[in-house]
Amino acid sequence: MYNENVFNYLRTNKLPHIWCPGCAHGIITAALLRGIDKLKLDKNKISVISGIGCSGRTPGYLDMNTLHTTHGRSLTFATGIKFANPSLTVIDIMGDGDALAIGGNHFIHACRRNIDITAIIFNNNIYGMTGGQYSPTTPVNAYASTAPYGNVEPPFDIVKLAMGAGATFVARGDAFHIALMDKIIEQAISHKGFSVVEIMATCPTQFGRRNKMKEPHQMLDYVAEKAVSIKKWNEMSEEERAGKFPVGIFIDESRREYCEAYEDNVIKKSERGEK
Amino acid sequence: MAKIELMSGNDVAVKAAIIAGCTFYGGYPITPSSEIAEGMAKALPPVKGKFIQMEDEIAGIGAAIGASLTGAKSMTATSGPGFSLKQEHIGYAVMGEIPIVIVNVMRGGPSTGMPTYPAQADVMQARWGTHGDHEIIALMPCSVQETFKLTIEAFNLAEQYRVPVILLTDEIIAHMREKVEIKEKNEYKIINRLKPTVDPENYNPFDTKHGMVPPLAPYGEGYRFHITGLTHDHTGFPTSKPDLVEKLQERLRDKILKNRKEFDWYEERMVEDADIVVFAYGATARSAMRAIKDARRENIKAGLYRPITMWPFAYDNIRKIAKTAKQILVVEMNLGQGLGEVERGVAGTKCKVKFLGKANGELITPTEILSKIREVSNV
Repeated sequence: MYNENVFNYLRTNKLPHIWCPGCAHGIITAALLRGIDKLKLDKNKISVISGIGCSGRTPGYLDMNTLHTTHGRSLTFATGIKFANPSLTVIDIMGDGDALAIGGNHFIHACRRNIDITAIIFNNNIYGMTGGQYSPTTPVNAYASTAPYGNVEPPFDIVKLAMGAGATFVARGDAFHIALMDKIIEQAISHKGFSVVEIMATCPTQFGRRNKMKEPHQMLDYVAEKAVSIKKWNEMSEEERAGKFPVGIFIDESRREYCEAYEDNVIKKSERGEK
Repeated sequence: MAKIELMSGNDVAVKAAIIAGCTFYGGYPITPSSEIAEGMAKALPPVKGKFIQMEDEIAGIGAAIGASLTGAKSMTATSGPGFSLKQEHIGYAVMGEIPIVIVNVMRGGPSTGMPTYPAQADVMQARWGTHGDHEIIALMPCSVQETFKLTIEAFNLAEQYRVPVILLTDEIIAHMREKVEIKEKNEYKIINRLKPTVDPENYNPFDTKHGMVPPLAPYGEGYRFHITGLTHDHTGFPTSKPDLVEKLQERLRDKILKNRKEFDWYEERMVEDADIVVFAYGATARSAMRAIKDARRENIKAGLYRPITMWPFAYDNIRKIAKTAKQILVVEMNLGQGLGEVERGVAGTKCKVKFLGKANGELITPTEILSKIREVSNV
């Protein structure tokens, strides 16, 4: 998987990154850059936007048009960038709390609009940067700094949420299965429309230490063991599925993209004086 | 050739925005500002501009800021509670130095308050609504014609100083229809942001080598740079070094305050010999204008000072008036938001400050102001 070309897309003078040992964010970022390299995209024409949290620091390391915005609201900025200049490839990186708690409303509406943005959610099931509080994807009974007796809230299923809200490309990968992650991210960027990629990430510092997985490899093993292919998942019984999650591409369909719809149905009509 | 039209303040703001070169609007409907969104939805497509109705006010301004980074002149409009929601991203635009125009058509509050009634309740929200130390530019028109003029100026100032600019109108000015003169587009002075002249390799988005306002490159033209809401150095990357943070904070303040004279707009009527000067702005100034004329007929030497640039506040203008007038009567459709600023302005002089304020959804009439002028003048 090692690809020397990824350095062409990095602001190497900003390294080393701030992420903890064992954090998956670097693994996912490398997969993103391999995808961009494979697609031969011009870095002058890529804009990467993020919100607040550990994932929010990703764009700072990327030698592109980058914007580190406010907590949960990165998709609003991304929407403005893409809509105002559709020739840009727009990638939005969010954390699980970022995308689904404070940014949940922006997330479902971006899915609904089907604007051509690739949203990548680094899902480590915890608020890492603020000190390990439970997030909308923390499993029931897992421990967090604000769930000292175990979490009682059921988590979101990001894939189902995105599909229900109307995203036209929805996939889930994990930080252990690199080949699958590479394939998903590359296809998501190529997809015309709103693409949602959830990557099951690892946070040994804030999640692992509170949940008997303080060694980095333990958390990677944790996601590796839980991830099963969609095909296998479909053959499993409810009992077998317990504690596991399916990975792969769940939907990849074509629907009218937002910027194109506006161009054809609004701007052209106004030019012809129609209503 | 100039055209004379009968228009409302909200409708004319749309017209002016297009003349100023606005090509992007992101917003969310809210009374009494919705006509601006409706007007922009119609007016932008024919100039190849983009209109988007977002999922909330935060998203509306977020999209506008994103669009501005691609080089588009961008705008959003809202009212009271929506203005509260926009504050988070007004701060982002201050920190990232991203030009944008925010129209806030004031209505009564707190909370949902009185959505369809006039108020001037957001004077302080415009000043201090977003957290942290910052300067802000807010302009307040008192007529439809002036709304037209100040909308263009709001875009010009936003572009010139790389800042969010607030156009603070009220429900009366926004919905009242008046005669307005609109000239050809080329008869207005339009300012566009500075673009970098250096090579992309040497570009820094917050480089102040050539002045307090650094050029801003649009995304997608080869200048790959980073913007963050964190405190940052001239390269745009985060820093928490006290000396660099201090330099940033001071420049964000100074680029507005040290250029304040360039946009120190106000109107004075019969102030020179006045014993009592009414301080009033927006729709309230229209009532005040009539009241001082009536007072003069009664041989009360009354005058009017009307701030057009509300923020940054012109304390020196107030101080100058305080040296000759015996009293300043602050009249506003709130419970004393401009009052405190006027008191700061007169501090140390013998001038007394009196107050007439109202926040019940009714405009302040000329008769009410005249009665107050008589009362405080001991007539």
